[in-house]
Amino acid sequence: TPSPDLLMARSFGDKDLILPNGGTPAGTSSPASSSSLLNRLQLDDDIDGETRDLFVIVDDPKKHVCTMETYITYRITTKSTRVEFDLPEYSVRRRYQDFDWLRSKLEESQPTHLIPPLPEKFVVKGVVDRFSEEFVETRRKALDKFLKRITDHPVLSFNEHFNVFLTAKDLNAYKKQGIALLTRMGESVKHVTGGYKLRTRPLEFAAIGDYLDTFALKLGTIDRIAQRIIKEEIEYLVELREYGPVYSTWSTLEGELAEPLEGVSACIGNCSTALEELTDDMTEDFLPVLREYILYSDSMKSVLKKRDQVQAEYEAKLEAVALRKEDRPKVPADVEKCQDRMECFNADLKADMERWQNNKRQDFRQLLMGMADKNIQYYEKCLMAWESIIPLLQEKQEAK
Amino acid sequence: FEMEPDCCPDWSAVARSWLTVTSASWVQMTHNNFWLKKIEISVSEAEKRTGRNAMNMQETYTAYLIETRSVEHTDGQSVLTDSLWRRYSEFELLRNYLLVYYPHIVVPPLPEKRAEFVWHKLSADNMDPDFVERRRIGLENFLLRIASHPILCRDKIFYLFLTQEGNWKETVNETGFQLKADSRLKALNATFRVKNPDKRFTDLKHYSDELQSVISHLLRVRARVADRLYGVYKVHGNYGRVFSEWSAIEKEMGDGLQSAGHHMDVYASSIDDILEDEEHYADQLKEYLFYAEALRAVCRKHELMQYDLEMAAQDLASKKQQCEELATGTVRTFSLKGMTTKLFGQETPEQREARIKVLEEQINEGEQQLKSKNLEGREFVKNAWADIERFKEQKNRDLKEALISYAVMQISMCKKGIQVWTNAKECFNKM
Repeated sequence: TPSPDLLMARSFGDKDLILPNGGTPAGTSSPASSSSLLNRLQLDDDIDGETRDLFVIVDDPKKHVCTMETYITYRITTKSTRVEFDLPEYSVRRRYQDFDWLRSKLEESQPTHLIPPLPEKFVVKGVVDRFSEEFVETRRKALDKFLKRITDHPVLSFNEHFNVFLTAKDLNAYKKQGIALLTRMGESVKHVTGGYKLRTRPLEFAAIGDYLDTFALKLGTIDRIAQRIIKEEIEYLVELREYGPVYSTWSTLEGELAEPLEGVSACIGNCSTALEELTDDMTEDFLPVLREYILYSDSMKSVLKKRDQVQAEYEAKLEAVALRKEDRPKVPADVEKCQDRMECFNADLKADMERWQNNKRQDFRQLLMGMADKNIQYYEKCLMAWESIIPLLQEKQEAK
Repeated sequence: FEMEPDCCPDWSAVARSWLTVTSASWVQMTHNNFWLKKIEISVSEAEKRTGRNAMNMQETYTAYLIETRSVEHTDGQSVLTDSLWRRYSEFELLRNYLLVYYPHIVVPPLPEKRAEFVWHKLSADNMDPDFVERRRIGLENFLLRIASHPILCRDKIFYLFLTQEGNWKETVNETGFQLKADSRLKALNATFRVKNPDKRFTDLKHYSDELQSVISHLLRVRARVADRLYGVYKVHGNYGRVFSEWSAIEKEMGDGLQSAGHHMDVYASSIDDILEDEEHYADQLKEYLFYAEALRAVCRKHELMQYDLEMAAQDLASKKQQCEELATGTVRTFSLKGMTTKLFGQETPEQREARIKVLEEQINEGEQQLKSKNLEGREFVKNAWADIERFKEQKNRDLKEALISYAVMQISMCKKGIQVWTNAKECFNKM
């Protein structure tokens, strides 16, 4: 069993060394100790005190300019003690396309699970500079979140494609080789029942469907309100930027009033700066989370649809058997298999939904508290600015 | 200024309603024992009325109730002495009269006739209750400004304005102030043709122009700032509804969301009071916007007098020259007279003597006139400058106070904001 020190040395020192299947045999090391070590290395990500043995970070975006296209790649650093990983640490570069590939692979190979959403390929319609620092940073955060959500998932995090995505030196080679596989796997879901209508969707899934509809609707409204507020705030900022300097202009005409007027001007300047910070924070931190959850509800709906299909398939088969009941009283094996599949699906989906509900509650709690905090900070800055000029105004008067 | 001592009580003014600007001038006056009798003035009510105008056409206007109380020196008890109704046009007449009779004084301005520099949520209607209320305060302020002015407060017409309801207009018109008013054209002429303007007054005129332009710019931008701020707050109100609707489908999060939504409603509606308070600040600035015009009126009057003086001096100089030419028989400059002399021959010595005599009389008269104009001018400059100094002090004090009260408003807005968001945060925390 390698000592934690050794592990640490590896993760820092052997970064670019290729070890022949050596790595860290995670199974033999104590998961608790290594995870606590990684926690120390990896900062704050400890959710519910669960032991964690896989950490992924997306950072360091780089712009690549080729003859054909220009694109951004992100560095993905993985640290893990799991046996599935040969090395304790990997660092690869991936672009958006690769994330997109990963997501579709996950959807294919884990049809019964809720796959977290990717940020939209193009954000706002109209002209968005895809290579601007803000856009790239917002996307980096969203991609990081996407991988963290997979990492936190008890099933998805063990997915083979995910592993390849995190570790493969040449992902493109793997992508090509995977095409043959894909056609075979996709069949099973596709040949389903043409036109068969579901008899009754179980109540709990019907409720989830209804919930998602309303949830997406409300979130869409909140997204629009938040954008509108930011727009109003930016327009307010434009006016404030004109308003402050008028006091300065006035101060040049005055003697005794010059200082107080100058003070008010500076104060409005400080408030403008505080407001700008507020709108920046809301744009960068608030809106992306809303977007993610709006997309999440879409992913969820598509899983629900798949579940309905599986149920439909089972019901169709059952019906077919019922017609032939007189001849063969025993339920055939493939129908049983179908039923198993449906039940597995239901179980997976319920577990995912529960996990999602928990995440959502925590995320929104954090998000909305963050919004309140940002607003409080904004008002505190303005308050400080205005309070600081009161003595300036009063002092002069008493001195007289 | 002709004053009839018996009908000119000494007074001082006490603001009964909200008005920080005047309280300062009142304090100043009570320090002075010169005033024997004190009078409280207030414009206490506004009423919409319908009547017939001079053309016998129906019109709607607002009348304001002016109440005056004398305050006994010893116990501070006040007794209602008079109350009467006046309309805006009568205030205007009073001010026009004061402008003519006290050209060396920076006459306090009236509040705006129509709402200007308003942000769009505010009504620009003359009969709007908020506007009428703000104008009521403005008119009261106007009267208090006059009452606390060391010279204007002794004016008879002003006294009658407060105490005599009927026939007041006729009394004003009997003063013939309209005849004394300088024509605009004359003033304009003076502006362009005055040769030796007093630098102090040209500087002051320049200052008035700049002050007017900077305050009007400020008011315009402030109205836009108010508009935008209103938008920011009101859009937050939408969170109130959507949080409440969303809470209906959530289990653990529901309660927190619902009550946070309530705080967002509170936040959205808090802006109404904030912006209403800010209108007072805008009104304080507006008063000084209009003061800039009053300041300019004094400068214009000075220009006009200077121009008169220069014209008189020029006239005198030319008469003197003519007289000298006649006496010596030399024509130094080309003139029409020189031409006629050459064309029609010399005049007789008798004729010349008579003309010299007439000219000498005119020169004498002109010299007297110039002397008195000079004296008048010096007196005007002295008095005007004293009032301008008084005005400057008043302005510095008032505007500083206005800025303080503006800062205090902003502070209270920030505190309200912090409070609401802190409450909302607590709700979010419970989610």
